[in-house]
Amino acid sequence: MIRVTNLHCGYGRPHADRDVLHGIDLHIARGELTGLLGPNGSGKTTLLLAISGLLPARAGKIEVAGVDIASLTPRQRALSLSCVPQRAQAPAGFTVRELVLMGRFAHTGMFADYGPKDFAAVEAALSDAHAGDLAERQAAELSGGEIQRVLIARALAQGRETLLLDEAVSALDMARRVEAYDLLAALHERGSTILSAVHDLNLAALYCPRLVFLKAGRMALDGRTTEIFTEKNLKDIYETDIRVGPHPVTGAP
Amino acid sequence: MASMAGHEGARARNSARRSLGRAGWLAAIGAASLASALIACGLGSFPSTPAETLRALAQAFGLSWGQPVDPALSVVIVDIRLARVALSWLTGASLAVAGCVFQGVLRNPLADAFTLGVSGGAAFGASVAILTGLAGEAVFVGLAGGTGILPLFALAGALLALAAVLALGRAGAGSNGGMRRETLVLAGIVVSTFLSALISLLKSLDEESVASIVFWIMGSFQGRGFEHVSLALPYMAVGLVLVLWRARELDLLALGEGQARLLGLDAGRSRLWLLVGASLLSGAAVAVSGVIGFVGLVVPHLLRLVLGAGHRTLLPASALLGGLLLLWSDVLARSILPGGAELPVGVVTALIGGPFFCLLLGRSGRTGSGGDA
Repeated sequence: MIRVTNLHCGYGRPHADRDVLHGIDLHIARGELTGLLGPNGSGKTTLLLAISGLLPARAGKIEVAGVDIASLTPRQRALSLSCVPQRAQAPAGFTVRELVLMGRFAHTGMFADYGPKDFAAVEAALSDAHAGDLAERQAAELSGGEIQRVLIARALAQGRETLLLDEAVSALDMARRVEAYDLLAALHERGSTILSAVHDLNLAALYCPRLVFLKAGRMALDGRTTEIFTEKNLKDIYETDIRVGPHPVTGAP
Repeated sequence: MASMAGHEGARARNSARRSLGRAGWLAAIGAASLASALIACGLGSFPSTPAETLRALAQAFGLSWGQPVDPALSVVIVDIRLARVALSWLTGASLAVAGCVFQGVLRNPLADAFTLGVSGGAAFGASVAILTGLAGEAVFVGLAGGTGILPLFALAGALLALAAVLALGRAGAGSNGGMRRETLVLAGIVVSTFLSALISLLKSLDEESVASIVFWIMGSFQGRGFEHVSLALPYMAVGLVLVLWRARELDLLALGEGQARLLGLDAGRSRLWLLVGASLLSGAAVAVSGVIGFVGLVVPHLLRLVLGAGHRTLLPASALLGGLLLLWSDVLARSILPGGAELPVGVVTALIGGPFFCLLLGRSGRTGSGGDA
């Protein structure tokens, strides 16, 4: 469960003119798979940064699983929320398995090393994210698509309760994107709460039952995909003509 | 479920190979350290065979077999050589671990107690302690007349120098917060040079202390005994425990602050404790041995090529290899010159470390940033 109330956020010195988000209200119920859309610069990444706790709110409140995230330690926050960053350079000298193991950090005590439970979670996450074949590779030598799979695996090892993804699949080719969204859909079926920023309108409409559109730092649209994914709405938000038709197989927009 | 079983099997194999590889490397370097200690305790102007050395050491701990060892030789082996071997090993371990931590926390491959000016700060702190008489009789620093306060002064100096270098590095990098590698090392050189000038100044103020201060400039274990081991050991132990328990945090810090925090690390606090731990290690090492360069640079770099960058293996391996390297450097320092004269051990590490480091740089440049492809 994620609840965002009247959130104002921005970078640099606090100043009303510099806010990137102007009063966002958003409630994502437990177990929802929600796509976060909007033109470039609309505040998708900023919203995700704020929910993940990296960017402090200037006004308003963010709750995850009913707890104000500002009151949590980084460790507690990491246990309730896993994130897949937009793009990340892996540091040299770590294997993929070691990188995914870092997702287990918050699960270990202050002075305890990783244990069998952590290693098991890593293997499960690697295989679920279709990254098992990469396990022994050097993380710094992976292609953009491969590293994204590894970062998804790391987020899964960290926790499957609530997942935030920031354009996590933009670097993947079409087949891999579909694979990644199949994985998200499977996690959704098993009860994960997922908020994913998406560029690809087709994927968003196909996989996310609910869509949230941001425009210029404000909520533009929020609702069931079948109800709000219309040519008129998309034209208002993206200011360009977009054709919407039923998917030939599933009937989704 | 057949695929599940195969999956589990592969997992077990992989983790076994991984832990065996890791433990195997640590065991090999550890065994080499023990064997080297045995050999090094027998080398010198009154040489003894490893068997004799072992007998002498056993006798010192109340065990005896075979022919009793000549008491004079026994004193040389246990009280003189073993103390030096132990001290040089501990110092090398501390410097290598501190270097590894500095490189990890600052994400800067050129960072090290020496290049950051931390060693210089510790040497300055120690010089102040000696000159003000707080450390006891200057000539017997750390010996019976000493007050044991020396490492505290060295630690204070180390922390002050580190704070100054980080502040300088930040100021030099401008307001955008990013700290360039070169800026930090440049700041280290500035602070080092300034402090060594101050040490020279202190030296000229008090001619009597010159002999004991000179060795801070180019470290040495000459005349060091078990008193020095017991003086430095508590600080080294605390520093080692502090950083070894935070090895996983160093891995996370390598990802950058944002990702480290997403994974649950309080990055600011973690960095602070790691830097304090590394300063403790450097300060204690400098307090008993003076400024010794290159151990903290060469050892972690070499091990990263072989073992990868995971600090859970890298830190203990650095301790073991750093100890081994400085142990042999000290053997060379005390035996290479004819007629019993000694070289400062810092000269030996610089002579070995300099060219070796160039070689490493050349190699890593050719294979690219990926390392051990």
